[in-house]
Amino acid sequence: MLIDEAGGEMSRDYFAGNDADLVRRKLIEKIIEKLLMFSAGISILAIVLISLFIFAQGLPLISEIGIRSFLFSLDWSPSRGEFGIGAMFIGSLVVTFSALLWAVPLSLTVAIFMAEIAPAKIGEIMAGIVELLAGIPSVVYGFFGLIIIVPFIRNNLGGNGMSVLAGAFILGIMILPTIINISRDSIVAVPREYKESSLALGATYYQTISRVLVPAAKSGIITAIILGTGRAIGETMAVVMVTGNAAIIPENILFPVRTMTSNIVLEMGYAVGDHQAALFATGIVLFVFIVVLNLVINILKAVKRNENI
Amino acid sequence: MKTFDWKEKLLTVLFWLAALAVVGILFSIIGYIVWKGIAVVNLDFILEAPSRAGREGGISIAIVGTVYLTAVSLAIATPLGVGTAIYLEEYARRRSKFAYLVNLTSETLAGVPSIVFGLFGFVFFVIFLGMGWSVLSGSLTLAIMLLPTITRTAQEAILAVPHEYRENSLALGASKWQTVSRIIIPSALPGIVTGIILSIGRAVGETAAVILTAGSSLGMPGGLFDPARTMSVHLYILATEGISLERAFGTAFLIVILVIVINYFANLSLYRLSHSRNNR
Amino acid sequence: MGRKIKIKTEDISVFYRDFQALFNINIEIEENKVTALIGPSGCGKSTFLRTINRLNELIEGTRTKGQVYLEDVPVYAKDINVVALRKKVGIVFQKPSVFPMTIYENVAYGPKIHGVKKKNLLNEIVERSLKAANLWDEVSSRLNSPAAQLSGGQQQRLVIARVLAVEPHVILMDEPASALDPVSTSKLEELISELKKKYTIVIVTHNMQQAARVSDYTGFFLNGYLVEFNRTSELFVNPRDKRTEDYITGRFG
Repeated sequence: MLIDEAGGEMSRDYFAGNDADLVRRKLIEKIIEKLLMFSAGISILAIVLISLFIFAQGLPLISEIGIRSFLFSLDWSPSRGEFGIGAMFIGSLVVTFSALLWAVPLSLTVAIFMAEIAPAKIGEIMAGIVELLAGIPSVVYGFFGLIIIVPFIRNNLGGNGMSVLAGAFILGIMILPTIINISRDSIVAVPREYKESSLALGATYYQTISRVLVPAAKSGIITAIILGTGRAIGETMAVVMVTGNAAIIPENILFPVRTMTSNIVLEMGYAVGDHQAALFATGIVLFVFIVVLNLVINILKAVKRNENI
Repeated sequence: MKTFDWKEKLLTVLFWLAALAVVGILFSIIGYIVWKGIAVVNLDFILEAPSRAGREGGISIAIVGTVYLTAVSLAIATPLGVGTAIYLEEYARRRSKFAYLVNLTSETLAGVPSIVFGLFGFVFFVIFLGMGWSVLSGSLTLAIMLLPTITRTAQEAILAVPHEYRENSLALGASKWQTVSRIIIPSALPGIVTGIILSIGRAVGETAAVILTAGSSLGMPGGLFDPARTMSVHLYILATEGISLERAFGTAFLIVILVIVINYFANLSLYRLSHSRNNR
Repeated sequence: MGRKIKIKTEDISVFYRDFQALFNINIEIEENKVTALIGPSGCGKSTFLRTINRLNELIEGTRTKGQVYLEDVPVYAKDINVVALRKKVGIVFQKPSVFPMTIYENVAYGPKIHGVKKKNLLNEIVERSLKAANLWDEVSSRLNSPAAQLSGGQQQRLVIARVLAVEPHVILMDEPASALDPVSTSKLEELISELKKKYTIVIVTHNMQQAARVSDYTGFFLNGYLVEFNRTSELFVNPRDKRTEDYITGRFG
């Protein structure tokens, strides 16, 4: 019907949108914009609620026993009211660090391979492989570790197999995709001229990679390692299935270990009162860890931006 | 000069070996689980309910639980995630505080460990809102976890839509929403779908958060307020409580196959996306 | 005299953040005529064109001062609905940008968003618009194939058909031929002379021969100022300003 009048005169009324149809459309637009804004606000709301509820559950206990003895005391004995997560805190760090120890060099090598060395076709296939690796659920990794890695360690290296080593191995596999993808992207993003001018100066291919490409992609690679660390600290199911979960400080990598995440999933089912609060307090520690890691990444980004300017 | 060449060659071999190691790891995991699991899985395994805590029978209940939780969580997260992406890319001012905050929280959400989501879902949905261990509590928790992935992929897909489309549509007198709903969303659809497919994979595999919010009951979930057990939770319990290794393999096999199929489709729609871009 | 003014601007200035792109432009554009805007790149002619349907507002950080009157309606008044304005003032851009849909859907897009639902009315509009854009004969047998398959020149005429389908009064053209080959360009110029019987056309071009061929009036822009505005025949033969003369004789730009 708007079309029919289109040939007609243009009036002030028409342009002012006094036309009923235009008024209705304007209203719909406003409503839709508000709805979209609301859905965007959900992320903020979620973070606020998560912090609020987890802190409300866990913070009173922490302030009661003190952050230091909560984090570093080795006495975890909920039935006697002792809530020190020292063993688990160190357990998480030990397993994560051991996983990074082998996963970071391998990931970076593969990332460089995919970005610089592999023929295009192979690079694409590798990308698919890495995607698939990222898609396999942690419980499947844990299951594989339980069935293959744990017996292998038991039979060849001693101990009962459920160990730091088993956890480090499985966890390392799980963070490969994170580190590979992000560092590959940052290597690919290095301007071609850098590489070409280095090669033109007579540097060999690998000199160019190690002295020009990797330093230029440094901040991306650091981001990749930080995100990998976050993933490893937070991982639960795979770790709980292969590390034996003894709340002790491991003497060597064949000893069992219990991480903070494992502690939560193992005891949440029956915990009540202060015990439950202690598990939430452990959740706070994890949450703060992740927020701090995120902060570091954002600072890195800001630094990188300033360098570019 | 001679020794230098030799060193370069050795390095090349090293790089190829590293890549091969990653390929080897993936194929040994998938291969082993398929090899052990394929013998267990048949139609009965899929259609029958488990009995004696999972020692006998199939895993029908866990399959239903998985489908139920995945479907409900996506039904919640998809409109919210896509809506967020549209708001950020099409409506919000570039440097607005609100948009910055949404991006920041979305990034943070993406990094929060699933066990923390589990704790939150437990205390908020299960206890505080009184939903109990249920499909709904589990799905709502999952939905928050999936939100960042869906948002980010949709944002990237929307950003890739040529700017001229917007200008041309608006210049024809289309309103913002008409432009978004008729031009932007259809153009960005392959990318949006990829994000949704990837989220399905995440929902299927999630265990820690689900076990704390949907429970691990072995009954058939009848409604949103019934507890449910997903395949991943089922696998965890079968394997760690030593109930039935055989059935654990069968369950792991089905999960792995599902993940492979999901990845295939995700790549397919990604391929379409890049393909149609090249055609332009 | 029978001269009717379709568009009149009053001291139009455009700022992009701290940069002033246009300085107090006053111009009167006659109905059913072709007005060409020429000048070196970056002189503000495209920016000026985009003030007429308020398209500069799509770029964040842009401010416009002054007033544009479209048939005496002040376009920058507070209560003006931009959607209604843009429906009356269509624009064709430099690079033809067809939507990723069929040929038919591209032309029907405008009428559909403005509420036309009846299938046979839509068919009629699509056919009429494609004919008016001199494209019907080339595409009538394949209306349902993707528009992206058309050649560049055909895509540009499809974009014009898409604009005609919403029945505008004014058509703005922003260097519409710069991406086209000579054959497509002459087809487009032919089309412009036909369209001016029904529409008022403002065309921005960097091609002076083209301005001379198609337009009735020409405005010369330089550094954000309108240096000279006159009948095309006058301006090219008898430029009043030294700078205009320098430009049209090719001494710069």
